Amino acid sequence: MRPPPPFTIDALLDNRTTRVVVCCGAGGVGKTTTAAALALRAAERGRSVVVLTIDPARRLAQSLGLRELTNNPRPVAPTAEIKAAGGQLHAMMLDMRRTFDEMVQAHASPQRAADIIANPFYQAISSSFSGTQEYMAMEKLGQLVAAGQWDLVVVDTPPSRSALDFLDAPQRLSSFLDGRMIRLLSAPARAGGRGVRRLVGAGFGLFARTISTILGGQMLADASAFVQAFDTMFGGFRERAIATYELLRAPGTAFVVIATPETDAVREAAYFVDRLATESMPLAGLVLNRTHPELADLPAARAETVAEALEQAGPAAGSAPLAAAVLRLHADRVALAGRERRLLARFRRAHPAVAVVTVPALAADVHDLPELHNIGRLLAGEQLAVSRD
Amino acid sequence: MWSDELVQARLHVVTGKGGTGKTTVAAALAVALATGGGRTLLVEVEGRQGIAHLFDTPPLPYQERRIAVAPGGGEVRALAVDAEEALLEYFSMFYNLGFAGRTLRRMGVIEFATTLAPGLRDVLLTGKVKEATTRAEQGTHTYDAVVLDAPPTGRVVKFLDVTRAMADLAKVGPIHSQSTGVVQLLHSADTAVHVVTLLEDLPVAETLETVAELDLADLRPGAVLINRTRPSRLPARSVTAAANGQVDADRVRAGLLAAGLDLDSAVLDGLVAETVEHAVRVDAEQQARARLADAGMPLIELPELTEVGGDGVDLGGVYELAEALREQGVR
Repeated sequence: MRPPPPFTIDALLDNRTTRVVVCCGAGGVGKTTTAAALALRAAERGRSVVVLTIDPARRLAQSLGLRELTNNPRPVAPTAEIKAAGGQLHAMMLDMRRTFDEMVQAHASPQRAADIIANPFYQAISSSFSGTQEYMAMEKLGQLVAAGQWDLVVVDTPPSRSALDFLDAPQRLSSFLDGRMIRLLSAPARAGGRGVRRLVGAGFGLFARTISTILGGQMLADASAFVQAFDTMFGGFRERAIATYELLRAPGTAFVVIATPETDAVREAAYFVDRLATESMPLAGLVLNRTHPELADLPAARAETVAEALEQAGPAAGSAPLAAAVLRLHADRVALAGRERRLLARFRRAHPAVAVVTVPALAADVHDLPELHNIGRLLAGEQLAVSRD
Repeated sequence: MWSDELVQARLHVVTGKGGTGKTTVAAALAVALATGGGRTLLVEVEGRQGIAHLFDTPPLPYQERRIAVAPGGGEVRALAVDAEEALLEYFSMFYNLGFAGRTLRRMGVIEFATTLAPGLRDVLLTGKVKEATTRAEQGTHTYDAVVLDAPPTGRVVKFLDVTRAMADLAKVGPIHSQSTGVVQLLHSADTAVHVVTLLEDLPVAETLETVAELDLADLRPGAVLINRTRPSRLPARSVTAAANGQVDADRVRAGLLAAGLDLDSAVLDGLVAETVEHAVRVDAEQQARARLADAGMPLIELPELTEVGGDGVDLGGVYELAEALREQGVR
């Protein structure tokens, strides 16, 4: 098979028409770290960048100078490389509840906004409806782009079990809020009384009875109050979601799909790549994180044969145990690298045009800017010197 | 090793950080517990059809189906619990509302109700698990054990904290009384919550957090199941030095030469670099193991499966892990 087209990260980041980079992939593949490393690399190459992280690991957050949810970008102390290139880096962590509150405040009068925010039903939706985090990530992305303060926005996506949730969840929340039940609950307000409710009649009665049976009467009353308060602002709310979704298709937006060389993660990545094609959303390439390429050119079978001979020679041969161990671990490594290559090959057979960059596994989790800088170099295809400290 | 307490448990809840192989381990546990003629039920609650995927069967319906046989005449059945089906089941049982089920479904009642009361979904799902665990036919339990492929570590304690979820629900009625029974079961010696982990920083940190959370919520932590363990190839005394980059290349070369393998220096450098990486990993794994041991729970080790199946872990791998579980006392 021909090698995949190389994924040239630097070309993507240097291209001034690239305005938004969305990092997506299954949970646990290193999305947040990749997003942060891409943002740092872009700043090191002279761009003014903001990175929106979602739920970063504590040490990664600290490496960006983030200690708490701020919901607004904070400047990251510029490194020598950033200064030399005249770039800028801001970072923030998404606070989904606050983003939602701010959205309500932007669309309603102060009194009405306060009513909505105090409503228990609103509190349930804004903190636990599956999809709210994705919706708010998109809303925040829209705000950062609209702010015009940065020429590149790098966004991490929520750690959902499926990469597709990022695209589907906002729609789910939107259609829930626009759904039939919600319409029914708000009907009395809009029709000025019981008319509409009588029209939908028995169905609504059954529905209300069911809900009351399960949840008690108060919840239904809260929901009804929420819907009536929310109704007037819903149009603006939905338009905004649609506008942000369109932003994802706009020229200047690029998706980076991230996976690790494991079956489930690669399968998720493949789903996502197909989905982006369906939605005409531009895919920049696949980052395959944490690979284990062989570092020594020695066939596994040979290594194992010699290891066996050494082991049979026994401890009498002084340096034999170490040499045998080295050969055994090399054979393990060749087998692992082979499995990883087969996984990637399977992905590529179905997606031959997708550019791929592989990033070898690092020994430890990233917890400072120099380490993030190294990830950026690996993403750009540079080799790191083998450290022998 | 598996403890006597765990042998007594009838409901085995399996959680773990995403990507640790929770579903595979849950399936292996169900096979191990059915080995020797038992009957177990493997349950999933997240609508992912992970079990069907693993056993390479069509999507599971809301119905208990036999999916595997265990060595020694045992049987594993599987069930994908769906909150909406569970709710409609309640209604048809208690309110004779069966006829209206379709209407309610079309109106999106379950989505609406679970948005109003996020705990409702968990109450419905755990309710069904409890029903299967306690079900008896002719005086004996239908299942010797039930294995629940539970939500991941981040959400599992909330999922199992049915008492809290009930606060959102009507204070009387069948769901309430069923939930009271669920609370009793989950907090009894019949239930153990196992955590699947890898020997890596984040999964280990989440495992320890989850164990602490389980204790706080008065739920019983079971075993820590360490998945995908790989052998350490280096002599124990060499690990620390090698992890610090100290590998005696001349010694390696001499050993290889003695066996008739004469390598050029680039290959030798590569082998040394691989050895350092291996040692760093082994060293980190040993520290991770020590942190897990401090939690004071039984530790079970499961080997990494080296054969990648066509699309995921193959079924042979599940049996291999089940055997490893049996060898470590799982009954």
